[in-house]
Amino acid sequence: MANTETQSILVVGSGMSGLTAAIEAAEAGYDTYIVERNPYLGGRVNQLHHYFPKLCPPYCGLEINFRRIKQNPRVHFFTMAEVEKIFGEEGDFEVTIRLSPRYVNEKCTGCGKCAEVCTMEIENAFNYGMDKIKAAYLPHDMAFPMRYVLDPALVKSDEAQKIKDSCPYDAIDLEMESKTLDLKVGSIIWATGWKPYDANKLDMYGFGQYPDVITNVMMERLASWTGPTKGKIIRPSDGEAPETIAFVQCAGSRDENHLPFCSGVCCLASMKQATYVREQYPDAKIYIFFIDIRATDRLEDFYNRVKEDENIQFFKGKVAKITQDENGKDLVLRVEDTTTEELREISADLVVLATGMQPNTSDTPLPVEVPYDDYGFVASQNAKPGIYAAGCVRTPTFVSEVVQDGTAAALKAIQSVVRR
Amino acid sequence: MEKKTAVYICTGCGIGDALDTEQLSKVATDEGSVPICRNHNYLCSQEGVEFIKNDIDNEGANTLIIAACSHRVMYDAFNFENCIVDRVNIREQVVWCQKPGDEDTQMMAEDYLRMAMAKVDNMELPEPYKPEEEISRDILVVGGGLTGMTSALDAAKAGHSVVLVEKESQLGGFQGRVQKVATFPYKGTEDNDLEALIQEVTQNEKIKVYTGAKVDKTVGGPGVFEATISQNGTTAEHRIGAIVLAAGWQPYDPKKLDEKLGFGASPNVITNVMFEESFNGGEISRPSDGKDVTNVAFLQCAGQRDPDHLPYCSSVCCVTALKQALQIKAQNQDANVFVVYKEMRTPGQSEDLYRKAQEEGITFIRCQSPEVKASGESLAVEAEDELLGEAVIMEDLDMVVLATGMVPVTAFGMDITQEEKEKKEEDEAKKGEEDLDDIPLDVIRRSDLLNLEYRQGPELPALRYDFPDSHFICFPYESRRTGIYPAGCVRRPMGIATAQEDAAGAVMKAIQCIELTSQGAAVHPRVGDMSFPEFAMQRCTQCKRCTVECPFGAINEDEEANPLPQITRCRRCGVCMGACPERIISFKNYSVQMIGAMIKAINVPEEDEEKPRILVLACENDAYAALDMAGINRMKYNAWIRVIPLRCLGSMNLVWIADSLSKGIDGIILLGCKHGDDYQCHFIKGSELADIRLSKVSETLNRLALESERVRFETVSIIDYDRLPAVLDEFAETIDEVGPNPFKGW
Repeated sequence: MANTETQSILVVGSGMSGLTAAIEAAEAGYDTYIVERNPYLGGRVNQLHHYFPKLCPPYCGLEINFRRIKQNPRVHFFTMAEVEKIFGEEGDFEVTIRLSPRYVNEKCTGCGKCAEVCTMEIENAFNYGMDKIKAAYLPHDMAFPMRYVLDPALVKSDEAQKIKDSCPYDAIDLEMESKTLDLKVGSIIWATGWKPYDANKLDMYGFGQYPDVITNVMMERLASWTGPTKGKIIRPSDGEAPETIAFVQCAGSRDENHLPFCSGVCCLASMKQATYVREQYPDAKIYIFFIDIRATDRLEDFYNRVKEDENIQFFKGKVAKITQDENGKDLVLRVEDTTTEELREISADLVVLATGMQPNTSDTPLPVEVPYDDYGFVASQNAKPGIYAAGCVRTPTFVSEVVQDGTAAALKAIQSVVRR
Repeated sequence: MEKKTAVYICTGCGIGDALDTEQLSKVATDEGSVPICRNHNYLCSQEGVEFIKNDIDNEGANTLIIAACSHRVMYDAFNFENCIVDRVNIREQVVWCQKPGDEDTQMMAEDYLRMAMAKVDNMELPEPYKPEEEISRDILVVGGGLTGMTSALDAAKAGHSVVLVEKESQLGGFQGRVQKVATFPYKGTEDNDLEALIQEVTQNEKIKVYTGAKVDKTVGGPGVFEATISQNGTTAEHRIGAIVLAAGWQPYDPKKLDEKLGFGASPNVITNVMFEESFNGGEISRPSDGKDVTNVAFLQCAGQRDPDHLPYCSSVCCVTALKQALQIKAQNQDANVFVVYKEMRTPGQSEDLYRKAQEEGITFIRCQSPEVKASGESLAVEAEDELLGEAVIMEDLDMVVLATGMVPVTAFGMDITQEEKEKKEEDEAKKGEEDLDDIPLDVIRRSDLLNLEYRQGPELPALRYDFPDSHFICFPYESRRTGIYPAGCVRRPMGIATAQEDAAGAVMKAIQCIELTSQGAAVHPRVGDMSFPEFAMQRCTQCKRCTVECPFGAINEDEEANPLPQITRCRRCGVCMGACPERIISFKNYSVQMIGAMIKAINVPEEDEEKPRILVLACENDAYAALDMAGINRMKYNAWIRVIPLRCLGSMNLVWIADSLSKGIDGIILLGCKHGDDYQCHFIKGSELADIRLSKVSETLNRLALESERVRFETVSIIDYDRLPAVLDEFAETIDEVGPNPFKGW
């Protein structure tokens, strides 16, 4: 039984699993501390246009979750923060948190004056670098907290003083430095999530070489009104409307040379993205190249719905290689048709690689020793006494299951601190 | 509480530049006779907040109107205990979306201030609901399988007492009959250690176990449930705080399968469930004669993903087949084992198990329509191998294992809406209820699990295919009956690891529900809300609207059809308030009267001023946030609109439409969430009910010689802010074309 020094709970990562865990525990009466690396809460779902199968916007659920935080003083959070050290044991952890400078303090009202006067532009990480934003920026429209951020390059530039002077509220602090703070908690939930598998490693698909080969996460931004194209799905190379779109499933997944596991969501994600394309282009031809369509549970209904579209062709076969044709416009996919055993070449003018989910713990492990599986996922929910893994650091899966996992982790964390 | 109102106007963030704030102050002081009205150029600053606190401490201000940014931001700065606080959104929804310095912009801000003054006049601070009975912290778990036992143990470990009810004579459920398991990390098969779990549960002194028992009756609500449990002819009563429904599943009846699959044609054609039950001394043997098995075929998706049987995928059968195939291989390395599949579904790390099965020499055949040939002793399967492009015949099979799917136990029993329909057809005397036919009803089956004494039916309402699951991707535990959380395979098909997690998740929600209920607060999605509906019963006409429309079954009925609200079940959406034709239902801080007063506070210019007025009733979670984001993007839209956020559009009472029209308001637009199969309304049916109510208004409008175009329902999601300005502008144009409301100036 834990020797409970404190009943508060640390939650690392504020994507759907971490956010849920922190709020659920707080609503049961426990103080929770969220540590989030980004300048905003919510994680990757912020960058999704719709969820499958309902085709509803992730902002909707986030709004409710943020509202839950706003009315609950037990939820505390740090953005642009990372956990540096963990000492101690269940019931009595001492945690060191590193806070990176935002260069904007709590006096910010979100008025946007700094962005207005700023001329420096940076790559927009929120849109996976597909466009640029001002170096003084609000990360996205529903960023929570609604507070601007200054890029370090801007702070070092000649413009810095001008930006500072533009703020009527003295909210810009150019001297802000990275600092640490210590926290005592009774249990820890590790929910640092996933990242898309690096498509540059998939030589055979020409990502990075052919601009019209994009990844599934980029497609989400292309479909979104807050994306680089104001929601218009167009070819990055020339801004033209695509006529034939190919989705390449298992791009690096179920592949011993890349990610040997299945990410569990990409089949549905591609089908969902096919609906984005269909909404904008009623006549576009869509191919989905797959090994197995993994539409478990009632997601089968969504698969059936998408299959009704005669212009969406499900093609059983793994794409071997993608090249560009001579005119430099179309992409040619070489694929083995497993039902006829023929090697076929199919042209498309936009290719979406369904890359998988790699756990962030595979390159940023916990600062304490816990067991991992062969792929860098935390090997079990109870990583060690008092430390629990939740969401996609444990297994790649879709949102509702991640929320389920976050809720379960909240209970486990409470069990570690409950005074009996 | 004696109210002393103070109005604060922030002039920061461009407000002072775009508006004449002096003039705005006069609305408060001259029109509203508000005793305190102050301006500040940075109200959310520490200094600004102190400025307000000073009035609270020294001037006795307790009713604060803060005209500044949206309530969605600076919530922590403007948080004053024991004060009524209303935020007037003159930043995002006025100066950031309207022309600065314009007369119409000014009129908009002034109206919003008037509306806020009317609002605070008509609201009180809520006082938390305390039931007469003491709140129970005990948790009832229905179902003693893996999920139920895990739930019980998890709740006990968190300090709660548990009552566990299992219908069979012993604990264990389906997993109790399983030999080996395949679960995380899916590297192979493992021994089933369920017995250890059973021991742990039975030895835990916080858990009271009833086997061979069922729940006869459940009355009350969260915190105050009373469950009657029967066992061997005796009954026991327990006071319960919250319930976890882990009643599990039944295998799909193999007798219903297509003949082609050969079930019944040979004793050696069995199901995946029968496989688990046919171990003989730890070994699997041929069912017909107990001999060794050397040739086995597994046929996947038997009666699954099939519109004539189970249209969904049971998610676990691929892993189960891999496990069972590996068990045969472990028993006899030389056995020929075939898995005939349609799609191999091994998500996540379970792909490793698939890989292992391939390494172990199990043969996989992809085929959409295999056929079992059984005659006498001989058993064979014919399959068209899609990958080889040729027919494959598996002969001399000792056993064929059909992967039948999981049916939730909630799928059994008569649907009460069907029952009621039939009853109604017989019973002409109930004609008075025909008016309620427009309300979409839920599927609730008499599955004899909880036997709720609820007006709305004895069990949980279900989604498609009878799973009492949540419809919300972001909120998988959003059951339709407050304080009752389904978990495990009754909720959706799932494997061992997921079921264990689900058990913990459902217990988390149950504990949280007890905690919030004991504070008198609402649970999700209006968590923490202390307000609750109060019924002025002397004016009730027993029309049953409120009881039938409540999406959460929170209102019972007495014999005279009087509503009996069960507050701890209530989610505080206000659907009952919107439904009530007599307007007898109100919350301390949200009422028909309050919104009515806000509407009446809108200054409607004379016809010759050519300034129509449009009322926007917006869902506060989605449409209102979308309007804020339009402001953040500095998108401009029509200045005639006046927005009132609603808890849910389902709380819209039709009298507001009448109020608006008689006031001279020219048009009314409702901005609500999508309804239908993929509904996005967080109160399930709120937006749909609002739409239904509104459709009835057109008739009334025509009778009053008013054009039906004046009233519109528009489906808006939270990310629709790109098109929202155009929607509003277009509606304004329509209203302009229709012309002024003839009731103007009456």
